[in-house]
Amino acid sequence: MSDSVVWLTIFVLSVFVGIEVISKVSSTLHTPLMSGANAIHGIILLGAILVTGSTDSTAALVVGLIAIVLAAVNMVGGFVVTDRMLQMFVRKPAKKTDAGETK
Amino acid sequence: MPTWVQLLFLACGVCFILALKGLSGPKTARNGNLLGAAGAVVACAVPFFWSDLHLKHVPLILAAIAVGTAGGVYGAKKVQMTQMPQMVALFNGVGGGAAALVALLELQEHGEFFDWFPLAATAFTIIVGSVSFAGSIVTFAKLQELMTSRPVVFPGLPVIFGGSFLAAVVLSVMLVNEPHLWIGVVMGLLGLVIGLLLVLPVGGADVPIVISLLNAFTGLTVAAGGYVLSNTVLLIAGTLVGASGTFLTLLMANAMGRSVANILFGALKGGSTLGGGEASDRPVKSAGPEDIAILLGYAERVIIVPGYGLAVAQAQHTLRELVDVLIARGAKVDYAIHPVAGRMPGHMNVLLAEAQVPYEQLIEMDEINGDFKNADVVLVVGANDVVNPAAKTTPGAPIYGMPILNADEAKQVVFMKRSMRPGFAGIENELLFEPTTTLLFGDAKDSLGKLLNAVKAL
Repeated sequence: MSDSVVWLTIFVLSVFVGIEVISKVSSTLHTPLMSGANAIHGIILLGAILVTGSTDSTAALVVGLIAIVLAAVNMVGGFVVTDRMLQMFVRKPAKKTDAGETK
Repeated sequence: MPTWVQLLFLACGVCFILALKGLSGPKTARNGNLLGAAGAVVACAVPFFWSDLHLKHVPLILAAIAVGTAGGVYGAKKVQMTQMPQMVALFNGVGGGAAALVALLELQEHGEFFDWFPLAATAFTIIVGSVSFAGSIVTFAKLQELMTSRPVVFPGLPVIFGGSFLAAVVLSVMLVNEPHLWIGVVMGLLGLVIGLLLVLPVGGADVPIVISLLNAFTGLTVAAGGYVLSNTVLLIAGTLVGASGTFLTLLMANAMGRSVANILFGALKGGSTLGGGEASDRPVKSAGPEDIAILLGYAERVIIVPGYGLAVAQAQHTLRELVDVLIARGAKVDYAIHPVAGRMPGHMNVLLAEAQVPYEQLIEMDEINGDFKNADVVLVVGANDVVNPAAKTTPGAPIYGMPILNADEAKQVVFMKRSMRPGFAGIENELLFEPTTTLLFGDAKDSLGKLLNAVKAL
């Protein structure tokens, strides 16, 4: 099997998995799901690290560092904000002390 | 690539699949998200332990990660729940921008050794990443009200849009033949123009769908970037997000009764999509909080229709207190949640969860719509478009075809409004002028507070 076909195989299978795993989501969770998926594509940070770490030119280094900052904002911010949202959906035995924050 | 790196990347890919799976159920969502985060952190740590890679500039890279992390955490902790949609848009945009930059760098470093297919993938990453970046920034500006939320259309827009798109295709072909950096840079700039023109004509009420679509775009961008870099985890993660994001976009468009093409290009056809956006002076019936309190206090069945205006006024807590009092008086009270209530699908659930409204009181549209005819009073707080009968009766209205909550079937409707200005979609609501409708003017929090005291005094 040629290399390109291996990549194509991974791609096609991932498409089906991607649709399959979220096909039963209730509209209640659309916002956190979108936000969580958004965080996952922040994995481009890995790509940014790899290209930046292999360059010798100063201009490329600067561009690479910008890409790293942007990607880290996407990835870290995305996961943190999703967690913050989901925290509110977890209903612990009602009226515990943690209600104080918003009162 | 050493075997341990490949295996670790595979494990991270599995983490992302399980994360998405977890995120689609209320009980597993939080753990799903944490698992995704763990996978992402492990994947990003790999280059630092992969000795054959001889990673350069490590201190600078770590510093850049620290800066981005600090920015991301700060934004994520600071953001109000009402501003969640624009935050997601912003995070999405910077991710798309990062992917485009990565592809440009890869083009400059290794472009000359590339075959035609990786070059085509590079072209895709640069263009779509830039589209996602510019589109998300416009989306952010619209939702943050830094610019008008109404569709922006100017003569010649379709021509410029089509021209830019065509030019991007031509440049992609050129790039595949001769991988010059300048072609890539011009493509990136064109991508920015396309992104801008793609989102400008989209009306405020449709912006949430666009966020989801751009999210899917960025996913596909990252997938293509993964192919360019021969990196499996990027390919898997990007494809997962691209596929699920596309699917989610279609689900949401469905919930609004619109096609994605209609949402993106509807305004370009011109005509009725531009609502008046001005206050009407037709006569309406209004009343003070005391009168409304009597109406509510002696009702047996009350349905609350909450909208974005409720959250803007930070009145969720007062509303919950009012509902608690009504329930204590023996009424049956539920919240009717439209799938696109708020500024994003599912947004209202997040906003009410923040106010600790019990999950069981939030009833989805399909379940509660048959119940409105039994309701003594429907209390509409800060919502408008989701109860606008124009969606059923006025072909050509921008929201025509969107399923709505059947508030008009109730015996009495109480509308809490700040003014007579139309809703986010910019169209007048006939329900306001019905004989069964009573208006209570004022700030939602203020009015709800007065209403609460008046009901308590009954």
